[in-house]
Amino acid sequence: MSLSYISEILPSLFQGASLTLQLFFWTLIGSLPLGIVVSLGLTSNIKPIRWVLDFYVWLMRGTPLLLQLIFVFYGLPIIGVVFHRYDAAVFAFILNYGAYFAEIFRGGLQSIDNGQYESARVLRLSYWQTIRKIVIPQVVKIVLPSVGNEVINLVKDSSLVYVIGLGDLLRAGNVATSRDVTLVPLLLVGIIYLILVGICTYLLHKVEQRYSYYK
Amino acid sequence: MLEIKNLKKSFSGRVILDNMNVTVKDREVLSIVGPSGAGKTTLLRCITGLEKADSGEFLIDGQSFNPQGTDTSDSVIGVVFQDFNLFPHLSVFDNITLAPTMVLKKDKNEAKAEAENLLAELGLKGKGDLYPFQLSGGQKQRVAIARALAMHPKILCYDEPTSALDPNLRREVEKLILGLKQDGMTQLVVTHDMEFAKNIADDILEVSSLDKLNQK
Ligand SMILES: Nc1ncnc2c1ncn2[C@@H]1O[C@H](COP(=O)(O)OP(=O)(O)O)[C@@H](O)[C@H]1O
Ligand SMILES: [Mg+2]
Repeated sequence: MSLSYISEILPSLFQGASLTLQLFFWTLIGSLPLGIVVSLGLTSNIKPIRWVLDFYVWLMRGTPLLLQLIFVFYGLPIIGVVFHRYDAAVFAFILNYGAYFAEIFRGGLQSIDNGQYESARVLRLSYWQTIRKIVIPQVVKIVLPSVGNEVINLVKDSSLVYVIGLGDLLRAGNVATSRDVTLVPLLLVGIIYLILVGICTYLLHKVEQRYSYYK
Repeated sequence: MLEIKNLKKSFSGRVILDNMNVTVKDREVLSIVGPSGAGKTTLLRCITGLEKADSGEFLIDGQSFNPQGTDTSDSVIGVVFQDFNLFPHLSVFDNITLAPTMVLKKDKNEAKAEAENLLAELGLKGKGDLYPFQLSGGQKQRVAIARALAMHPKILCYDEPTSALDPNLRREVEKLILGLKQDGMTQLVVTHDMEFAKNIADDILEVSSLDKLNQK
């Protein structure tokens, strides 16, 4: 395992890691707000909205993400919706993770005591003031650990994009491994994933600490 | 003066309150007493707009108001809940100033100065930066009172103000309510504790369960 070999393949691994990271960030940027909106719908009193969203969550959680990726990239073109590889991946990941986040947020919303809403109401706060100032800050604290789990899963799930031919970190390692007949690239891939997950864990821990000022 | 005339409230056909008349005179304390299940909390929830009355009239100083209304002119009732329902993620100051700044659009500093006065009056000087979980039950209750008073209600309502507290704090609550009365606050206190009611109230209204009537 020579240093010169490592420095030779590292650039291609970093290139793969950069795609992994981009996918990671765009998925979070899209799926967290989507999850919030869907969770508000899941807890609303309007039945048709709940049915539609329940179906969406069931579909996303009931089928493998791998299958969803294949459907978005190879299936949707049949009905005329064509995505670039990368866009297809981001789209499928946002839809999938949005559903998981929605379920987590729904649980968080339902654990807020009704007395909180009633207090807000007799103080004449509007619905959105209540959501923004009373509900969301408390829900965030409750859901942080579960959201953190999903975020860490996402780092690793991103490797599924190989199925539609995207060059992410894992694929970069695979290419080098089969070309050079050595496991060293995959070993490095493992180390890079560990570092990425380590950074996420650290940041999530910091955020959790920020919310530990009350019980 | 708060007047409620011919209030009726039922839950899915079961009548809880019928033909209920309540008057709370200015600067007085009215106690509503009755056994558990008689409908005291329901009455309070109708007055505060948390439940919709089937029928009845609500008047404040002779003017009709809608407890469920969102108009500022409908904002006449302050509530101290049985278990206080403070906002756990907000400091004592923020608990008190949230509604005045967001709803009444009061200046932040002005609201905070007012909160400081309220806290001092209620014996909570210097507690503004604490969070609810750091307070005793009695202190939480006083924060809940300060939070309600900061909206300048015409009348302050309590649901069982002694029930979530240590029994030996009952005297303290009595003093608190009588102190607010001296400051000119009109108050309505729901309780199942007759002795407590006698100690604080100018007037006592007894409610009894209508379930026997329902069965007829
Ligand atoms: N939301 C509700 N739906 C149906 N029944 C209710 C509801 N709230 C209260 N009740 C019933 O109304 C009656 C009066 O309750 P409540 O007002 O809480 O009594 P109290 O405060 O005097 O103990 C009880 O029998 C209770 O079960
Ligand atoms: Mg009650």
